[in-house]
Amino acid sequence: MNRHLLSAADLSRDDALLILDTADELARMSDRPIKKLPTLRGRTVVNLFFEDSTRTRISFEAAAKRLSADVINFSVKGSSVAKGESLKDTALTLEAMGADAVVIRHDASGAPHRLAGWIRGHVVNAGDGMHEHPTQALLDAFTIRRRLGRASGLDGVRVTIVGDVLHSRVARSNVALLNILGAEVTLVAPPTLVPVAVGSWPCEISYDLDAVLPKSDVIMMLRVQQERMTAAYFPSVREYSRRYGLDTGRMGMLPEHAIVMHPGPMNRGVEIAAEVADSPRSTIVEQVANGVSVRMAVLYLLLGGADLLGGADLRGKPRDAKASMENKESMVNR
Amino acid sequence: MTGVAGTWLIRGAALPGGQRADLRLRDGVIAEAGARLAAAGAQVLDADGLIALPGLVDLHTHLREPGREDAETIETGTRAAALGGYTAVHAMANTEPVADTAGVVEQVWRLGREAGHCDVQPVGAVTLGLGGQRLAELGAMADSAARVRVFSDDGRCVSDPLLMRRALEYVKAFDGVIAQHAQEPRLTEGAQMNEGEVSGRLGLAGWPAVAEEAIIARDCLLAAHVGSALHVCHVSTAGSVEIIRWAKAKGWRVTAEVTPHHLLLTDELAEGYDPVYKVNPPLRTAADVAGLRQGLADGTIDCVATDHAPHPVEAKDTEWAGAAFGMTGLEIALRAVQQAMVETGLLDWAAVADRMSVRPATIGRLSGHGVLPATGAPANLTLYDPAAAPEPVDPATHASRSRNTPFRGVALPGQVVATFLRGTATVLDGKLAS
Repeated sequence: MNRHLLSAADLSRDDALLILDTADELARMSDRPIKKLPTLRGRTVVNLFFEDSTRTRISFEAAAKRLSADVINFSVKGSSVAKGESLKDTALTLEAMGADAVVIRHDASGAPHRLAGWIRGHVVNAGDGMHEHPTQALLDAFTIRRRLGRASGLDGVRVTIVGDVLHSRVARSNVALLNILGAEVTLVAPPTLVPVAVGSWPCEISYDLDAVLPKSDVIMMLRVQQERMTAAYFPSVREYSRRYGLDTGRMGMLPEHAIVMHPGPMNRGVEIAAEVADSPRSTIVEQVANGVSVRMAVLYLLLGGADLLGGADLRGKPRDAKASMENKESMVNR
Repeated sequence: MTGVAGTWLIRGAALPGGQRADLRLRDGVIAEAGARLAAAGAQVLDADGLIALPGLVDLHTHLREPGREDAETIETGTRAAALGGYTAVHAMANTEPVADTAGVVEQVWRLGREAGHCDVQPVGAVTLGLGGQRLAELGAMADSAARVRVFSDDGRCVSDPLLMRRALEYVKAFDGVIAQHAQEPRLTEGAQMNEGEVSGRLGLAGWPAVAEEAIIARDCLLAAHVGSALHVCHVSTAGSVEIIRWAKAKGWRVTAEVTPHHLLLTDELAEGYDPVYKVNPPLRTAADVAGLRQGLADGTIDCVATDHAPHPVEAKDTEWAGAAFGMTGLEIALRAVQQAMVETGLLDWAAVADRMSVRPATIGRLSGHGVLPATGAPANLTLYDPAAAPEPVDPATHASRSRNTPFRGVALPGQVVATFLRGTATVLDGKLAS
């Protein structure tokens, strides 16, 4: 594993599979009555959020707490570019407070890369601008693997990602990771909402959702922000929804086994119809639960390394009673 | 007065054309050029192996004074210029206050004279406060002691076509030139780097080539229509070179410059999100670099201009989107041009003299600069050692107040050994003379 998780594109196939397998193991543990593991006792994880994102922050918070880490939430309101303390000064402050890992969400692409150059702790990218959101891609891959019953990679799985690819860090991370895991990715969007040089990406591009639906094992709908309309990316929400939204009619064109995903938060009635979001094919709630397991795996592997849990133990045996006892103590300490 | 004055005898320098000569500098001019001149009491500089270029002229320098003396001052910026072999620089107008009145341009000009390391020729703003709304008093700046001839809103594009037309027309009265920062503002809202494969992958908002090319094409047509002179700042794309080539073929009065960094660096350097590579116009692709080199080689691009843009540490020690645009360049420009153009066989030293001194002096309407070394020519000279072993660039040694060079640690060939401004040595042995 790398020292940091900055980009899904940095992962090798083995790294990605190790994270997914570890998450599987941790998910199994979280089914037990006491969910907490003592693994990261005494370690400090800082959630450094420059953008409002309650969902991602509480997911990382839950993950760190289940591993018994001390969690500090540091939210900085307003744009990074606005005057105030610089990212570097914030980073050095956190360093001085003894952060072992910093989970960063920032509106500037590459902010986690810069942070990694300034602090000694591990950096986890929780979404940077229009660049990447690697743990989202990992939890999506984890969800696909479980739902489609894959044991290892996602070789040959046909994944269609629909929506605002241009501005989407979720799309970038997913294209990279799904490609690493062997899936076949198709992006569907109005031509205004894909990067001009998207031809160099390891995926297919289509402007026609209906043509792609029957050939999709997974369909992933991206959130479309209504303010894109004012910048002339598309004429109206209604037209966007008509051409690129997933309604029940379109869901019917999917193969029987296909699943519907959305990273949230959804615009019901815009990119996805309520009936689709709430259908049995939808994995949207599962994705949230899986997010905690995947983020636990990432923190565990970055901070603990294999030695903390005795390496191979993690992959096989459940934790013993002694560990559970330690676990209780750490809960009291919170 | 800074520097070492008196009579100088430069022994055995290679002139740009290749022939060797001794040069006697006296009273601000080359009093004598020939073989085996007698010392006759002059200070002797052994120039064996050195090339004597006419003192370099930069059409595009940000000296930051007045207003941002934390980034650069006229004193530090002109020291950097002298060390880079420059005897004249054009100081861009985007200072605080903006150089849009006779008062500000005269102050800049006077501070340059007092510093004495090289001539400082102020550039006047085209529009009041660089606001793009109303013309600044171009005539007053032209008539001032600073005798401004080049006008530019550099950093901003004069995007309003009517205002651009009027500016081009108006400066004909005093043989002025409008130097345009070609950037269509609507196509570059929030732009961070070249729009292409790398920007798409890094998730940084793109600055498309067409935003530069569309303005250049429009401005060439406007300049032709009103019969005026257009200078295109920091051309960065291969497409721009084609448009300028076309305009020149029509016989229109269009000139252009390219920066050292656009001749050597590409957008892939943004990969690590280090804003030292953030510049406007942005670093482009390898194909663009090739097009720019070709354009400079065949004369479509008239000259190299540094766009020396110093910034304090904190302006770059940040996330990419929050960082300032710009790179320093005065102290490495000639070495970078050797690397990009001479080592590649695209330019010989006569052509380097043309692109870095003669033509920029002509475009800037500067008398006393850009004259090839010969008897009677002004004694503005740069002695350069092209055979100096390539040394990694170390910004800590730079005279500029700022350190934002993208060439940190990059080995570049050559060394500026000495610079003479009207016969006075401003640089000797590669160091400021005093």
